Amino acid sequence: MSLFSSQNRKLITTPLGKDNPITVKVLGICSALAVTVKLEPAFVLAVSVVAVMGISNVIISILRNGIPPRIRIIVQLTVIASMVIIVDQVLKAFVYDISRQLSVFVGLIITNCIIMGRLEAFAIANKPWPSFLDGIGNAAGYGGILIIVAFFRELLGSGTLWDYPVIEKIGLYNIGYENNGFMILPPMALIVVGIIIWVQRSRDKDLVDIS
Amino acid sequence: MKFLRNILDKIEPNFKEGGRFSFLESTYDAFATFLFVPNHTTKSGAHIRDAIDLKRTMSMVIIALVPAILFGMWNVGHQHYLSHQIVDASFFEKFWYGFLKVLPLIVVSYVTALSIEFAAAQIRRHQVNEGVLVSGMLIPLIVPPDIPLWMLSLATAFAVIIGKEVFGGTGMNVFNPALLTRAFLFFAYPQHMSGDNVWISNQGDAVTGATPLAEAAAGQDISLSSWDMFLGFMPGSVGETSTLAILLGAFFLIFTGIGSLRVMLSVFAGGYLMGLLFNLWGANEFMLMPAHYHLIVGGFAFGAVFMATDPVSASQTNTGKYIYGFLIGIIAVLIRVINPAYPEGMMLAILFMNTFAPLIDHYVVGANIKRRMKRALTQK
Repeated sequence: MSLFSSQNRKLITTPLGKDNPITVKVLGICSALAVTVKLEPAFVLAVSVVAVMGISNVIISILRNGIPPRIRIIVQLTVIASMVIIVDQVLKAFVYDISRQLSVFVGLIITNCIIMGRLEAFAIANKPWPSFLDGIGNAAGYGGILIIVAFFRELLGSGTLWDYPVIEKIGLYNIGYENNGFMILPPMALIVVGIIIWVQRSRDKDLVDIS
Repeated sequence: MKFLRNILDKIEPNFKEGGRFSFLESTYDAFATFLFVPNHTTKSGAHIRDAIDLKRTMSMVIIALVPAILFGMWNVGHQHYLSHQIVDASFFEKFWYGFLKVLPLIVVSYVTALSIEFAAAQIRRHQVNEGVLVSGMLIPLIVPPDIPLWMLSLATAFAVIIGKEVFGGTGMNVFNPALLTRAFLFFAYPQHMSGDNVWISNQGDAVTGATPLAEAAAGQDISLSSWDMFLGFMPGSVGETSTLAILLGAFFLIFTGIGSLRVMLSVFAGGYLMGLLFNLWGANEFMLMPAHYHLIVGGFAFGAVFMATDPVSASQTNTGKYIYGFLIGIIAVLIRVINPAYPEGMMLAILFMNTFAPLIDHYVVGANIKRRMKRALTQK
């Protein structure tokens, strides 16, 4: 099977849309609410999750025949935790300010249900390359939503994008515009995620469950 | 009247299935039923016959709001001239000033709410709902007179879309849309919704502009007499200041059977009782404020009469209404006195209890079933 067969490409593309971890599976919500006040930390967290998830999926997939089924969850956690510690150390070494802003949320990647879920549902039973693609795809689907939410929250809440004062440059403050303080509060992140889910479901009727 | 009916009958086929403007059917329906009581008859099932429908109910609430609106307009002008130390302003000058301040608020909230409501009705192909008539009138009454109009419009849009249409329109909403508007403004633009400088329109330097609640929260003596506060000669949101005007509306609502007396009474009872409890505790100046003050300052009376009684978001069962109202009163005073960040707790208390109303109903119904079950089983 070629590296980018249509089946393999699907592993990356479906989590971005139809099978998105946040908007369809509704996993990993807590970090989506906590770190999306500004674009920069959201982007860094998204990249970290992509790294952690890609690598740990590959490792578990390589080890999959050697892991005794009864202790597989512990092995998975150990792998994830090691990856998270590495990512945390890299962040502290190279982007210390952002690492401080993210505070516990880098460490909390360990508890991100998406990662455990993909390890348990996919990597434990598949070869390394598809597992890698699956990990990257799901992490990107998660990170994408994080960045979309952060874009609106930073633009409307603080009037900036990546700390660049967009609203001020356009001159909206001069005609009486004011930043929306509600956007900075976590409840609004939930509402923004809700609106994204709403838009996605009204565009794709397959996702609407009739029950 | 006859010629209106003729016009409506003449243009009706255009809006029916297959007509030229069939996509505007719900718009036509909204206007036609607004003008005339519809003659639709229900074809199946058991139904309660009642002369009044949702549109007529909502119009009654608007009538009940009239005293509060008129007094609010006058008071906006009164406070403005007072803060500039212009004592010889006539009644009409004050009223005219307030009228010009309040009218744009009413227009903006109605235009925003109605256009969204009509658009949603067209898209979803259902009828235009009338709850928006009341929400559009309540919203201007619970905001400060100087709130920028675009903020009001944005907040109204938020409340109608996220608070109501998402859930399926009037009758399905969990929260009171008018209060959601205020909550949105309160959290999004706190500098326009709280503090000492927003409650008097175009404030002069002669007064501090603090509301009685703000004074009490700061541990000062309240500078107004209780009669002033009862009649409403104090700074505050447009329609909330005069307890007397609100009570007039309340009598009308109770008399016509639209507002729930159970909710109103229990809100006042809960607030008064909590005030008394704090008097007994008496740990600081605010706790020592006479209990009946709580009922006449801030938005307590307005919330109790027009917000808590919202038939959609309140409890539906009779016992549930007592519990629901009582807890609103208690929580409102609790937030006022205990939480220094929110001098006014009525809005948060009602929104909070709105979330619990279905739960209260659930247990009231459950208890009733249990009681009757027990009786049935023991008679055997």
